[in-house]
Amino acid sequence: MNVLIDKFDVFAGGFWLTFQICILAAIGALILGAVVAVLRISPVPPLRALGTAYVTVFRNMPLTVVMFFAAFGLPALGSNANFLRIPVIDAIFTRLGTDLPYFRFALIALILYTAAFVCEALRSGVNAVSPGQAEAARSLGLTFGQNLRYVVLPQSWKASIVPLGSVIIAMIKNSALIGFFGVVGDLSSTADQLTGAEGYAFIPVAIGISIGYLIMTVPLGALLDRIERRQAVAAR
Amino acid sequence: MSQQAVLYDVPGPRQRRYTQIFSAVAALVVLAGLYFLVYKPLDEKGQFSLELWGPLIDPGNENFSQVWKRIGIGAKNTLIAAVLAIVASLVIGTLVAVLRLQLKELNRRRFTGLAAPVSILLRGLSLALTALTRACVEIFRGLPVVITIFFVARGFPEFGITFDTLWYLVIGLTIYNGVVIAEILRSGMEGLPPGQREAAVAIGLSPLQTTVTILLPQAFRIMLPALISQLVVVLKDTSLGFIISYEELLNIGKQIIGALGNPIQTYTIIAVLFIAVNYSLSKLAQYIQRRLARGRKTAGVTGRGPTAPAVQAAAAGADEVNPV
Repeated sequence: MNVLIDKFDVFAGGFWLTFQICILAAIGALILGAVVAVLRISPVPPLRALGTAYVTVFRNMPLTVVMFFAAFGLPALGSNANFLRIPVIDAIFTRLGTDLPYFRFALIALILYTAAFVCEALRSGVNAVSPGQAEAARSLGLTFGQNLRYVVLPQSWKASIVPLGSVIIAMIKNSALIGFFGVVGDLSSTADQLTGAEGYAFIPVAIGISIGYLIMTVPLGALLDRIERRQAVAAR
Repeated sequence: MSQQAVLYDVPGPRQRRYTQIFSAVAALVVLAGLYFLVYKPLDEKGQFSLELWGPLIDPGNENFSQVWKRIGIGAKNTLIAAVLAIVASLVIGTLVAVLRLQLKELNRRRFTGLAAPVSILLRGLSLALTALTRACVEIFRGLPVVITIFFVARGFPEFGITFDTLWYLVIGLTIYNGVVIAEILRSGMEGLPPGQREAAVAIGLSPLQTTVTILLPQAFRIMLPALISQLVVVLKDTSLGFIISYEELLNIGKQIIGALGNPIQTYTIIAVLFIAVNYSLSKLAQYIQRRLARGRKTAGVTGRGPTAPAVQAAAAGADEVNPV
């Protein structure tokens, strides 16, 4: 068990990197997912088709394949995803600014993949608002945009928060894949590093990594359970 | 569905015309953008050459039959792993769900007929078992499935147990998805109207009989859409087998790329295969969900019975497919 104490900095570093990519990917996926969700409920048929196509493709593709596409496709397009080297932000999230592009590729893949699920969570929230609300807003003469902004979205937010939370939890778990895609130093790749190169016993390392992930997922899950139960009581 | 129609007026002729013009212009802009930003760079690198695509789409190519034979093997291995994992996680999930419900039942018992120390011991034991199963569920649900598979593949040999890589993958997937399915079934059983359980107890069924013959079948029926979406997840997750070098579709793809050097083309084909299978599975889930909803409505005797929210919950659950 000494490895947990001796190599605490390695675990903490891995945890920090995983945490970073989760924060960035969550922000990106929420924004992109919201855009796709608006496309999917918009009055313009081609935009709706676009949103539906996006969700169909990314929901049915394994994240591994998305990551491979990001890792092989973007370089073929002549891009190292340098547009993600945003000046102030890459001072906080240092990996964004490095010359090795794998962190940025993994981030893009994670955002693209998660956005499809975020869209579905948001849409299920919109569908949960009772139609009478939107009808009343329409009869007052609000336009589509006003209807969404002042009537539907403020209410749907409440119904989406639990599904959104489970999407985010799933995303945290999915981020474990990046360690197998050449992103050095995240929580999942510490296992290989410590047991392989440095020869530590496997079980303690496994326990350390598990704790790292459980710290992120279990409290979030418990929080969601609580919110869900409170909403259920309120609905009664 | 109905919600969307409410958000805006049905467009009139002028609005429709605007929409058409706008869409045509937008489509042109997007196509131009795609041409200059995607097609041209790819074409300049020769990514559309028949040299790279040929082995995958041209039956006359010398490598065509070889490549598709390998892809066939990969698809077969993926399906084998997926089917085994699905069956195993359904079994495990059902057992865990029943076990957790039984333990909950056991916790209510006071063991009054027994001597005080014995009854306290038994109550402590049942509490401890409940806590243990709860902890297991929380832990395995909270761990990434990649990590679970990796730990299984690395951890079992530590104890001197070795299998084929297929079994590491199946065990890893089963641990995670079994727990998830157990939670789906449990929430299905707890969402049933309490009258079901009370009636079963009233006609003298034991708690176990009540769960197995009354609650479980209904939970399966209500949660069918959510269960099928979970099966899509299992199928997608078999692609993680490549990290423990199990010969599934993705790994075969890697081998093909190693031989022919055409990553983008091969992954496109693999993505299309995955999307086709998973899309039809999710369509099946939607179809079953509609059938269930209709069955409830036409059954009609209970009218808007208390099961309606449970069906809706299941539908919502199917909507947000748990990603990977």
